[in-house]
Amino acid sequence: MRQIIIIGSGPAGYTAAIYAARANLKPLLIASSVEAGGELMNTTDVENFPGFPEGIQGPELMMQLQTQAERFGTELVLDDVTSVELTGDVKTVTLGSGATHKALSVIFATGSAYRKLGLPDEERLSGHGVSWCATCDGFFFKEKTIAVVGGGDSAMEEATFLTRFATKVYVIHRKDTLRASKIMQERAFSNEKIEFVWNSEVIGVDGADAVTGVRLRDTVTGAERALPVQGLFIAIGNDPRVHLVHGQLDLTPEGTIAVAGRTSKTAVPGVFAAGDVIDPTYRQAVTAAASGTVAALDAEHYLANLPKSLLADASERELTTIA
Amino acid sequence: MSAARAVTDATFEADVLKSEKTILVDFWAAWCGPCRAVGPILDQIAQEHSDKIEIVKLNVDENPQTAAKYQITSIPAMKVYQGGQVVKTVIGAKPKPALEADLAAYLA
Repeated sequence: MRQIIIIGSGPAGYTAAIYAARANLKPLLIASSVEAGGELMNTTDVENFPGFPEGIQGPELMMQLQTQAERFGTELVLDDVTSVELTGDVKTVTLGSGATHKALSVIFATGSAYRKLGLPDEERLSGHGVSWCATCDGFFFKEKTIAVVGGGDSAMEEATFLTRFATKVYVIHRKDTLRASKIMQERAFSNEKIEFVWNSEVIGVDGADAVTGVRLRDTVTGAERALPVQGLFIAIGNDPRVHLVHGQLDLTPEGTIAVAGRTSKTAVPGVFAAGDVIDPTYRQAVTAAASGTVAALDAEHYLANLPKSLLADASERELTTIA
Repeated sequence: MSAARAVTDATFEADVLKSEKTILVDFWAAWCGPCRAVGPILDQIAQEHSDKIEIVKLNVDENPQTAAKYQITSIPAMKVYQGGQVVKTVIGAKPKPALEADLAAYLA
């Protein structure tokens, strides 16, 4: 049995592991089989992570976080969690391989996934003009024409942000009214670089090696047309990855795991959550890393207050496993 | 990427199309993160089923001819060849159990 298992290997998971490992809690980190490193593995230049004045490649940053976590004794498993059992003092985590691991505490750092349009060319051109993160990639669209898809706050935010770089930003929305809050709408309406394309849905993305345009269908008349753009930012929402905890942990109205105040504590003792999976708002690498720190400290505090017999059990069995 | 033997535009016909074995070609590129992730999984599958299937890799940057011929538009793309024909295509990095399920017919 372990003292702590961390599920997820983005900035939140690795940072939690660094803190937990330095606290001598010998964390087991379940990193995923094909998505280890998380969303940043599919980005290029990360220029807003403090400490890297020249920027750093997303995969390189994640490799360094992994190395730092392992340096202090984090054990990494490249597998996917298929189920968890969180009740009681001892939590059980089952992996794709069928292996089960037991621990006194669990940190969920499973992140969130960008919602996709579901178009065949969307994946192919991802990283070649198709993006889900304006604050990450907007800088690379200086003097370009961009389309943003979506009608919510995040779409307005992205469109407004992108006007810092782009000469023109189209906001493509399926309806003729926005879901976005009034203030965000007004900010977008008053920006002369933004042009709204109402009642339109994206039915295709064009471009051999890079985006050259999108194909639109009018949701009222059915008429189709092409709109030349060099970038397509998809802001139709994020889904926190909470499928493992349905029915075991409380969720917020936004669908994130509910935690108490500024802590990482879920309503279940010994179960903590950090990063995008608890954050419907900021979702930055550095806010996720900070959140991972909070979770590791909360878990450390929880473990320190457990009955000595349980902790002894954890270290004894661990020694047995090693032997 | 996997540790598998590399095939190229020049060797594709002899190594893959004219092979008497069932061959899985892993179409990959150095800049493709998911390719790096799925490589070790393919290595494991190759090792565990070496009597049934051989797994090779083709770098799409360096071998555009073959990549174009097989209309590779998303990588990792894994294509199974038997008797010179594509009999199965799997697109995208997947966990080992999911890949094994996709490839079940060629592993048993």
